Amino acid sequence: MYSSLLTFFYLIASVTFIVGLKMLSHPASARKGNMVAAIGMAIAVLGTIFLYEKEGEPLGNYGWIFSGILLGTILGTLSAKRVKMTAMPEMVSLFNGMGGACAALISLVEFDHLLHADPINILAMAMNGGVAALQGFLLIVLLGLIIGSISFAGSVIAWGKLNGSMKDFSFPGQHIFNLLLMAIILGLAGYLILALPANPAYYFYAIFALSILYGLFFVFPIGGADMPVVISLLNSFTGVAAACGGFLYDNKVMLTGGILVGAAGTLLTILMCKAMNRSLANVLIGSFGASAKSTGATQTGGSYKEISLSDTAVLMSYANKVYIVPGYGLAVAQAQHICHELEKLLESKGVEVNYAIHPVAGRMPGHMNVLLAEADVPYDKLREMEQANEEFGTTDVVLILGANDVVNPAAKTDPASPIYGMPILDVELAKHVIVNKRSMKPGYAGIENELFFRPKTSMLFGDAKKVLQDLVAEIKSL
Amino acid sequence: MHMQTVLNWIESNQSIIYIVILMIFVGIEVIGRVPAVLHTPLMSGANAIHGVVIIGAIIVMGQAQPDNYLALALGFLAVVLGTINVVGGFVVTDRMLEMFKKKK
Repeated sequence: MYSSLLTFFYLIASVTFIVGLKMLSHPASARKGNMVAAIGMAIAVLGTIFLYEKEGEPLGNYGWIFSGILLGTILGTLSAKRVKMTAMPEMVSLFNGMGGACAALISLVEFDHLLHADPINILAMAMNGGVAALQGFLLIVLLGLIIGSISFAGSVIAWGKLNGSMKDFSFPGQHIFNLLLMAIILGLAGYLILALPANPAYYFYAIFALSILYGLFFVFPIGGADMPVVISLLNSFTGVAAACGGFLYDNKVMLTGGILVGAAGTLLTILMCKAMNRSLANVLIGSFGASAKSTGATQTGGSYKEISLSDTAVLMSYANKVYIVPGYGLAVAQAQHICHELEKLLESKGVEVNYAIHPVAGRMPGHMNVLLAEADVPYDKLREMEQANEEFGTTDVVLILGANDVVNPAAKTDPASPIYGMPILDVELAKHVIVNKRSMKPGYAGIENELFFRPKTSMLFGDAKKVLQDLVAEIKSL
Repeated sequence: MHMQTVLNWIESNQSIIYIVILMIFVGIEVIGRVPAVLHTPLMSGANAIHGVVIIGAIIVMGQAQPDNYLALALGFLAVVLGTINVVGGFVVTDRMLEMFKKKK
């Protein structure tokens, strides 16, 4: 009775996952979709705790389970509520890593069970299903271990890179090294499953350690700007790892949720790559050679010209059409609100003001939209890249606030540049380009930007928030 | 003989295999036309959904012998991490989407 009720709950939860994901992909229903999936998850989790039974035995250790869930809920809610909007991507990465670690831990415990199981039980298992049953069990446990560990280690590195505490790191021949590492992992796993050696624990823990290592080296060389793609890929890995748990316990909701995310995550990864006009292979492998070459190739430099605050104020208030190109720097300076104020002020003077949003502005696709929405910037003022590029020709002033790589002409002209091939905002089509930056330091991808040295470009140095505040005051006093 | 083993395996696990295949198509189909604006929230929402792995952690925890401290400790850690994944994932997604909603 109880277990059939649980089956029903799992069915409901599986449906909510599909419906929730579907709703999440439409702007109007996205928030509800998230809620729907969350409710389904709650039903599945509570159902498991109270109704799950194996051979008539209900679950035990309730004290441990509830204190674990309580602790996790507190930590999860606090970190999700406290994280700044700008740091959202690394938070997602960290959460993903925890899911991967969870899958790996399940495999570790299940293997430990197998090691310490009564030999008679193992014999019974082998008798019932033949050796194949034991091997199938091992295969699933190993798969969950390998994928979960890679996802965990990779996500932690991605997190470190996004918050700036870790730099890109690669050495010549790294992707050969990575392939070799993967081959060893698969070889050991294959041997463990097929030959069933007498001391399986050595093999198992070696595979665990090597998988962690692989996760680290998989993400180390990939450029910081490509982290969103990597996180999305690791996200789908974790989905597959969760599905392994579904196999292990013959649990349909884990299987549904896991495979669903695995497939959707893979597609999302590809869509993100497309938004940057690159292939997945290019993101994963392309970074290896580029970092070596680009140091020699970027020999831009020379003179740039500065513009004063009052000149900027005059230029902007007498323009017909102004475009603002917001970047991550704007968000870091928490200048979205004052930026919105500038926009309103200019509009009141009859200037048409719009925002040009590059698909990967910020740290992730859609990140900048979230940040501007937070500052009450109307939705219809945000122009996507294609449309903005068409309109730059008739624009008087483009104000670039803390954006760098998304307006770097090297993406078009310099094949050695790490961002070569990425579509950019063609701000140079406008009459004037004003760039606000703190200093001449290169952007997130660590590359020089020739745009700053072009004749049309004027630099307006200073912290984005401070500069905008002064600019608003200056325009008011005109 | 190996062929037979494979066929037997497929037969005895057919419902699972059907689920896997169908879910792959559903997953791809469902988010097929997502606008770029929603990439981040969608990724975050999907991230929360794979937190369903928590169920495995609960089962492991609930089946551990009360004197097997290794299994208890690892299982406990798995439950905590899995919960953070689920709860944090849904909450952070909601926070992102909240910003969009005001505008609509």
